[in-house]
Amino acid sequence: MSEELNTKKTQVLSEDGVVKIMVCAGTGCQSSGSLEVFDRLQEEIDDLDENIKVGLLSDNGNEDINEVEVEISGCHGFCDEGPLVRVDPMGILYTNVVVDDVESIVEDTLKRGKLAEDLCYRSADGTLYAKEEEIPFYKGQRRLVLGNLGEIDPESIESYKETGGYNALEKALTDMTPKEVWGEVLNAGLRGRGGAGFPTGKKWQFTYEEDADQKYVIANCDEGDPGAFMDRSLTEGDPHRVIEGITIAGYAIEATKGFIYVRAEYPLAVKRVNKAIDDAYENGYLGEDIFGSGFDFDLEVKRGAGAFVCGEETALISSIEGRAGRPQPRPPYPAQSGLYGQPTTINNVETLGNVPMIIRNGSDWYSSIGSENSPGTKTFAITGDVANTGLIEVPMGITMREIIYDVAGGMDSDRDFKAVQIGGPSGGCLPEKHLDIPLGFDSLQEVGAMVGSGGLVVMDENSCMVNVAKFFLNFIQDESCGKCTPCRDGTKRMLEILERLTEGEAKPNDIDRLEELSHYVKESSLCGLGQTAPNPVLSTLRYFRDEYEAHLEGRCPAGVCFDHE
Amino acid sequence: MPEINEELRKMQNTYEKILEDLPETRESVIPALQLVQKSRGYLPGDGLEFIADYTDTPLANVYSIATFYSQFYLEPQGEHTVKVCQGTACHIKGANEIYEALLGKLGIAPGEVTPDGKFTLTTVRCLGACSLAPVMMVDDKVYGNQTPDEARDVLDEYRD
Repeated sequence: MSEELNTKKTQVLSEDGVVKIMVCAGTGCQSSGSLEVFDRLQEEIDDLDENIKVGLLSDNGNEDINEVEVEISGCHGFCDEGPLVRVDPMGILYTNVVVDDVESIVEDTLKRGKLAEDLCYRSADGTLYAKEEEIPFYKGQRRLVLGNLGEIDPESIESYKETGGYNALEKALTDMTPKEVWGEVLNAGLRGRGGAGFPTGKKWQFTYEEDADQKYVIANCDEGDPGAFMDRSLTEGDPHRVIEGITIAGYAIEATKGFIYVRAEYPLAVKRVNKAIDDAYENGYLGEDIFGSGFDFDLEVKRGAGAFVCGEETALISSIEGRAGRPQPRPPYPAQSGLYGQPTTINNVETLGNVPMIIRNGSDWYSSIGSENSPGTKTFAITGDVANTGLIEVPMGITMREIIYDVAGGMDSDRDFKAVQIGGPSGGCLPEKHLDIPLGFDSLQEVGAMVGSGGLVVMDENSCMVNVAKFFLNFIQDESCGKCTPCRDGTKRMLEILERLTEGEAKPNDIDRLEELSHYVKESSLCGLGQTAPNPVLSTLRYFRDEYEAHLEGRCPAGVCFDHE
Repeated sequence: MPEINEELRKMQNTYEKILEDLPETRESVIPALQLVQKSRGYLPGDGLEFIADYTDTPLANVYSIATFYSQFYLEPQGEHTVKVCQGTACHIKGANEIYEALLGKLGIAPGEVTPDGKFTLTTVRCLGACSLAPVMMVDDKVYGNQTPDEARDVLDEYRD
């Protein structure tokens, strides 16, 4: 293994002569101490004198190379093995790196060109993996939107430009008309990654066709689903991609002003995207007459203040306007009357993250990835009772079984798989028998779940499905804005029934009543929050009704409820 | 009384300074609330009044916004805010045990401040660090893979 590494190193190094050490500074790795590792690495590298730096590569007979750079990177996704340190150009990934390991990285890898084996990832069967791309967790993935994460410095515009960044914006602005831009996105078949899967090109077309003096485009980074952190990682790890995407969107719909709405709980994302915006202005990718095309575009960040419902587009608009974030009835849709009553497009940040590569590579390339009705890839935050939790990106059409058992490495204990919760509070729980359905917006809806924003929580037999349904209803009750009765009161009554069921005080017809109420709330709520709120209940009733019935008899098969007995 | 007026004027000057970069329009209400809270740790009544005046928005609306969003506090908070994540992953990994342990240790009800003014304990709906579940956050620092004992120890670090 290390033999091969050395060969590769010589080859790549002879091209640009720099060893790059990237320390993951995603939220997960930071909380495990990655910034301390970064500081120590920087000190150690600074202390290396010229001779030692040359010594580093003398094993390979290459004396020209004497530069070592230490940078931070965005989230690699392999969060539970963090802090992560990547050494390029070899592509080595060191896992669970603590400050005391820095010495071994410097002494072994930098000075002697050897692998620090203790820091390499080992799978459950003991196999050692030195390179990031060889680790099984990455093998089943197709990282396009997240492609730069872990490999570029999110605080450097140069770093983004080296990957071809802002080429797509230049192409759109100088070679294409707005109509051609949204036409390309429409042909690509890109569908909204925020949950509902509406065709992005159509959304842009509707806004483009409106006649107005001022139009707006908004990037929705109000990622509120519990168990989901894709948008956070993308915005923190590759903010320029989002900026390039939203600027192209602005051009396509002829908007001159854009906003990125970031959730209150994501201070690092706000910081990174603000820095990126300043740099983009300085480089002429924002502001007046971008690329000499005559197109002007201004962009600013708006911070949320802690309200799940603000992920709903009309509520988000109210929030930017400086009001409480309560939804409005649609129609009119934001494409006709959005921010300040003007035509507005709102796209999820992952959706916008797909846009630059569609413009760069064309719609045919894009639609060849994934499945027919759901082209492209989807990012997921996979968590819960699996061996490898973290952030992944897979082609549409992959099965849930492949995600759980190949990418995530299967269950983390001897306990059996029970259900996978997909789509957060708007989604559902799928049992074992549906794990072979190809992933797609429509296929999941048929079995009572949805792709949603991308939270995947895997549960083993120790999880109680009634308790999980109660968990989500509790969440919805907290976050319901209170504007419409079905959502405000209906979900409260549903929660009360679930509380009775889990506390051993259920009435005989409670399950039927719960089901009936679920349908009422679904059909009569004002916005997406209420309309999808019953999904966790309906899907668990559909696949795990026996568990509800056991609770009626005062039994919890998973042994979670009735803890007072 | 002159001293009170003096106090009031000083406070007004402070608010003016905090908000000086914001346009005096309604869209500034939420950023203004965020800035005042950042500076004072919570949203005092005179702060709300000042914002209403500054943004030309009825005080009732400012109050409505301040109470709608969960980020805002109308009461003084402890020196350190402890948030236990209640996201899905944390929930199935035992976040409740962490929360109960901390409530027990601090001897307060959810949202209350400890008598010594050190801590406020609340829950939060997902910090987006799900791989490290169960997770808690003290001020801006995230602590992952917590057990009840570890979580109690973390608080001790902030005691002195």
